Amino acid sequence: MKKLSARRRHPLAALVVLIFALAVTGGLYAVLAPSGEAKAEDSAQSLAIEEGKKLYDVGCSSCHGAGGQGGTGGPSLVGVGAASVDFQVGTGRMPMAQPGPQAVVKPTVYDQAEIDQLAAYIASLGPGPAVPEAEAYDPAGGDPARGGELFRTNCSQCHNYTGQGGALTHGKFAPNLADVNPRHIYEAMLTGPQNMPSFPDGVLPEDAKRDIIAWLDATNTSESPNPGGLSLGGYGPVGEGFFAWTIGIGLLIAVAVWIAARSAKAKKS
Amino acid sequence: MSTATKTAEAPEASSSRGKAPAGERIADWADGRLGIYSLAKANLRKIFPDHWSFLLGEVCLYAFIILIATGVYLTLFFVPSMAEVEYHGSYGPMNGVLMSEAYASTLDISFEVRGGLLVRQIHHWAALIFVVGIFMHMMRVFFTGAFRKPREINWVFGFLLFVLALVTGLTGYSLPDDLLSGVGIRFMEGAILSVPIVGTYLQMFVFGGEFPGTDIIPRFFIAHVLLLPGIMAALVVAHLILIVYHKHTHYAGPGRKNTNVVGYPLFPVYMAKAGGFFFLVFGVITIIAATTTINGVWVLGPYRPDQITSNAQPDWYLGFSEGLVRMMPGWEWVIPGGYTLNFGLLVPLAVFPTMLMVIALYPFFENWVTKDRREHHIAERPRNAPTRTAFGVAWISWYLVALVAGGNDVIALKFDLSINTITWICRVSFFVLPVLVFWATRRVCLGLQRRDKEKVLHGRESGVIKKLPHGEFIEVHEPLSREQLHTLTAHDQYRPAELPPATDENGVRNKVGLIEKLRVKVSRGYFGESGQIAKPTAEEYREITEGHGHH
Repeated sequence: MKKLSARRRHPLAALVVLIFALAVTGGLYAVLAPSGEAKAEDSAQSLAIEEGKKLYDVGCSSCHGAGGQGGTGGPSLVGVGAASVDFQVGTGRMPMAQPGPQAVVKPTVYDQAEIDQLAAYIASLGPGPAVPEAEAYDPAGGDPARGGELFRTNCSQCHNYTGQGGALTHGKFAPNLADVNPRHIYEAMLTGPQNMPSFPDGVLPEDAKRDIIAWLDATNTSESPNPGGLSLGGYGPVGEGFFAWTIGIGLLIAVAVWIAARSAKAKKS
Repeated sequence: MSTATKTAEAPEASSSRGKAPAGERIADWADGRLGIYSLAKANLRKIFPDHWSFLLGEVCLYAFIILIATGVYLTLFFVPSMAEVEYHGSYGPMNGVLMSEAYASTLDISFEVRGGLLVRQIHHWAALIFVVGIFMHMMRVFFTGAFRKPREINWVFGFLLFVLALVTGLTGYSLPDDLLSGVGIRFMEGAILSVPIVGTYLQMFVFGGEFPGTDIIPRFFIAHVLLLPGIMAALVVAHLILIVYHKHTHYAGPGRKNTNVVGYPLFPVYMAKAGGFFFLVFGVITIIAATTTINGVWVLGPYRPDQITSNAQPDWYLGFSEGLVRMMPGWEWVIPGGYTLNFGLLVPLAVFPTMLMVIALYPFFENWVTKDRREHHIAERPRNAPTRTAFGVAWISWYLVALVAGGNDVIALKFDLSINTITWICRVSFFVLPVLVFWATRRVCLGLQRRDKEKVLHGRESGVIKKLPHGEFIEVHEPLSREQLHTLTAHDQYRPAELPPATDENGVRNKVGLIEKLRVKVSRGYFGESGQIAKPTAEEYREITEGHGHH
């Protein structure tokens, strides 16, 4: 002990203490920190991020800027989350073909694996909503009646009562929700793309979102039953009035012309 | 044909000693008590002219009968109550939703009652087609001048039927108490509230308290199934009695005069035709109702004042009122003292009846211009009354602009347009388009009149080109038949009114009122040089045809 105490005023003593303290802290951290089970996945994740960045640099960076911080044409993507990427790219809205009031649905440019890589890259830029698990948006697990009420309270003012879509200002619009992939509907509610407000889980819990998806699945897909016959687009009185003024009265006038032509005189000749 | 039926129906049984046949005895019995013989004698042989456009009114009549028949069936199952119930019917996506009994019973009519959905759809389609028919029928009467003396009162009856049809439609599509129609009632409430001073009182009176309350559906129900149809049925009867009394108009043609009606008798020709036509109308409407959804209330959801849907429009016939509101900027004044005048609703509320009254009062305006006291039983061709036709088409364009504005969101969505642009186009068109249409229609009518004159004087263009010996090419014109000549020149033309000379024969100044001066001006516009093409006279015709003879 003497040796130690004799050298405690050595000019390098502070440095030795510091190195020792660091070694202890680092050693303790190495022992106590969360285990490295995810190590293999981590490397897969970093690979996806790397691949995603390559795709991003080619397809997205011209508008959203190198590194996703936003550019002349596109907003910053830091913190939008993987769900947002999966929705925007998965529905073909991104990459946009041309600037306009809002991005429109197109055939997708990337396959699902590439979309996942892009999503991983964007998610790595900052924390944001993740792509939901399959059971979160499974329409079979939801209550369509409750979903209908939630839909009419939160969605129908733009999307129309069954989600046929509606016009917004200056050429923007709420799109038709018929036959949209439930995952994309879920992600849209979660992230609020384009002009849509976002409904995070604190506002609209996961099961409420699933109920809404169940309602849309029950009433607004090409498979959902249509008890009244042809739906005329489902827009209500505008389409019905147009139908009455064209086909309705048209048929009746045709009948009237036929009846008027069938006179007693015509029979004689 | 009639003699054949006579011999078949009335054999010599009455002269023979045996008992008269049962049919005759029943007829005798009824005649002794109801006097139907003289009634039938006077009316069974009533003549009606044949033209498809005269059947448009019949379309309305039959639609009205279909509406009453299907409506009676619907009242058997509909519960006009706003009491809240939980739905547990066969429509899954509404299971457990709280709703009014009215909405629940409409779902039951659609899904539990046998034939309920079909009858509901027939009822609603018949209602739309009823008003379309009224529109077409009114246009026919308007453009052929069939509203002139002695039919002005009947025009007013018809117009009242049109207005009542709109109100009955409004009360009818509101009854299911679904989200869409509830928004319509909310709209109506807003319009009532915008009336200065009495608005709030009226609102409280109509709804029996705050919106929506529990009274409005039962009240609309009584209006829709009893009050309005009762008045309409009475007016329909009056309308028909007047048609029989005035006799039907017919189009000009050889043998068709202002003092006769050329056509076929009610019995048996029109009985068969009209009866057949009824079933055809019923059939067409039923086919439409069986294949095409109208007002699928099951997906709309029950009405709740905190909910709203996009693409919320009334049925088409009230779409123009919706359009007036959508076109009007949301201006408002707050009068010092805290009273708000909401022009965004108040102005449309004033324009709405004005648009209707303009067309309702037109016959009286035209009569004031022409000062014509004669009876008119020959329907005019629209081209022969260019100013009236132009006025009517301009009004239609006016109405259409408002109608398009009422559907601006659906149009914006379907055609990828900006709703703001559509609204601005409608705002400008509402003032500009009727003027342009008036001008263009008058030009078209005058052009057609010129063409008729040309045809009368020079004959029909045959398309045969002849080369004359000296090398000139001419087109051979085929002279019209005498019948065609008559038809094209049968209409009479008014002379423009003139102001009386400044002084009378004694040198006293004639006093002419401002209104009379205005009338003369309008009359010149109608019937002056620029208002109509003078129809060819017999002298002109003779001169030209004889001229041709010299060649």
